[in-house]
Amino acid sequence: MAKQKLNRKSVFVFALLVVVAIFFVVPMLWIVSTSLKPESQAFSLSFFPDTLQWENYTRIFDKIPFLAYLQNSVAISLVNIIGIVLSSSIVAYAFSFLEWPGRDKLFYVVLATMLLPIQVTMIPLFVIFKELGWLNSFKPLMIPAFFGGGAFNIFLMRQFFLSIPKSLIDAARIDGCSEFRIYATIVMPLTKPAIATIAILTFLFVWNDFLGPLIYLSDKAKGTLALGLAQFAGQQQPEWALLMAASVLMMLPIIILFFLFQKYFIRGFMMSGIKE
Amino acid sequence: MLKKIKNITNRQYFWGYLFVSPWVIGFLALGLYPIIMSLYYSLCQYDVLRVPKFIGLDNYRELLFGDEYFWKSIWNTFFYLFFRTPLVIVGSLLLAVLVNNSIRGIKYFRTLYFMPSIISGVILSVLWMWLLNPEYGLINAALNFFGIQGPLWLIDPGWSKPAIILMSIWSIGGGRMLVFLAALQGVPKQLYEAVEIDGGGWWQKFKNVTVPHVSPIIFLWTIIEIVFGLQVFVEAYVMTKGGPLNSTLFYNLYLYNKAFDDFEMGYSSAMAWILFVIAVAVTYLQFRISKKWVHYSSD
Repeated sequence: MAKQKLNRKSVFVFALLVVVAIFFVVPMLWIVSTSLKPESQAFSLSFFPDTLQWENYTRIFDKIPFLAYLQNSVAISLVNIIGIVLSSSIVAYAFSFLEWPGRDKLFYVVLATMLLPIQVTMIPLFVIFKELGWLNSFKPLMIPAFFGGGAFNIFLMRQFFLSIPKSLIDAARIDGCSEFRIYATIVMPLTKPAIATIAILTFLFVWNDFLGPLIYLSDKAKGTLALGLAQFAGQQQPEWALLMAASVLMMLPIIILFFLFQKYFIRGFMMSGIKE
Repeated sequence: MLKKIKNITNRQYFWGYLFVSPWVIGFLALGLYPIIMSLYYSLCQYDVLRVPKFIGLDNYRELLFGDEYFWKSIWNTFFYLFFRTPLVIVGSLLLAVLVNNSIRGIKYFRTLYFMPSIISGVILSVLWMWLLNPEYGLINAALNFFGIQGPLWLIDPGWSKPAIILMSIWSIGGGRMLVFLAALQGVPKQLYEAVEIDGGGWWQKFKNVTVPHVSPIIFLWTIIEIVFGLQVFVEAYVMTKGGPLNSTLFYNLYLYNKAFDDFEMGYSSAMAWILFVIAVAVTYLQFRISKKWVHYSSD
């Protein structure tokens, strides 16, 4: 009797799980299917293209400067990852392992900067970068990464550092290690999980960033994938099959990373909730 | 020995200031100085080409009492927040309850639900422009399958905001689900058993055990969700440009247009400060309300 009830319940739960899965998954399959359809078939509601039009994926490269966008996006992402990982870790080291006057008060200031909407600093930053002659270059999108790496990342690094035993650091000091050497040879190698999490979060953010490139890059050839895709989608009569192929291509690195580093993805996602 | 300790302390001062200096420089140049300038610009007429002209509180006065688009953008943004926030929170909490079942293969379902959450920004917007296409899109095809005539979504001023809300539930539900799932797994099993002994069903368990236990998490993420929701920009910029009939002219889109299309940087800066005040006020209000329903366990 009880077993029968249990079975009925699990059948119901299973059915519910499948229905919800359809809601989440089918749109993605639909997009992949559209991306493989000949333009003439893009408007048909069939899930299966008559012929798989793999050329869609190569035609994008002729249609828009996809390769240039790709290179730009990769370059900006890599520089940001390097800048943010180095910079946030070294700052977090100062907040975790070193004693100096004003340290804790300054850390509150770091945390407080998280509360400020970016819109408040957006316009003055634009003016600063304009005065510096940095507009229409990657500098405004790259150089700030080296100045602290953002409050959230400093916070994350510090959280991780606090789990490293202080005795380890003190022992190295007694042995005469300089702080920089302790940072580079002892702390950083122990910090791989935090580095991976921050690197992934940074990649996701920069890869998807739209507002930054939109404000700072006016030259089309200097655009990023996000910028180029938005432009391509903004045409009067979008070629949906091509547009979907371009979207799938831009999504691909994210999906590959997701399957390779699922653990860090999920951890980063749960800590930051990043979406924009 | 003492000398050595003192040496180490002094050395730590030096290294401390050295290591923190990148952040300090960045904060002064790219944080504090822009904040001050933004406040100043908000009191000026400023088009970037000419020097800012001080006009006192005129920008704020014009925004609050003379600009119907400003109020339209406030209305749109609050409409979006008002429906999106509870839908996302309740929806993802229910999802978490669903995937907290120990059925074989549940891990795969969790991954599937989470997958869309890794997509965001422009990609998400472009995908949904296609899914929401009134004639050929998947959503209306699905509705049609059940005999429902789908709306025009992004082309209809009455459906454009619900369309964007629907998209955002799809794209965030699975991510938030994981947060709540982690919280649910911390709820002691005996409590559910106790409800069962009392003859309570699914709803009793949810209402009397689950919700009180995860209420601090619900509260935290409600705040985060509102702060994120206030930022809505890319979706509207890419999908609708604020249309039709300004029905998706969200606050940050209007702010952006004012700054970078009209080059009214002073006006736009004033908007940024009003946004800041709104964000602080909403968060404060949340804290006040939360005292009534958030349950922090004392153990």
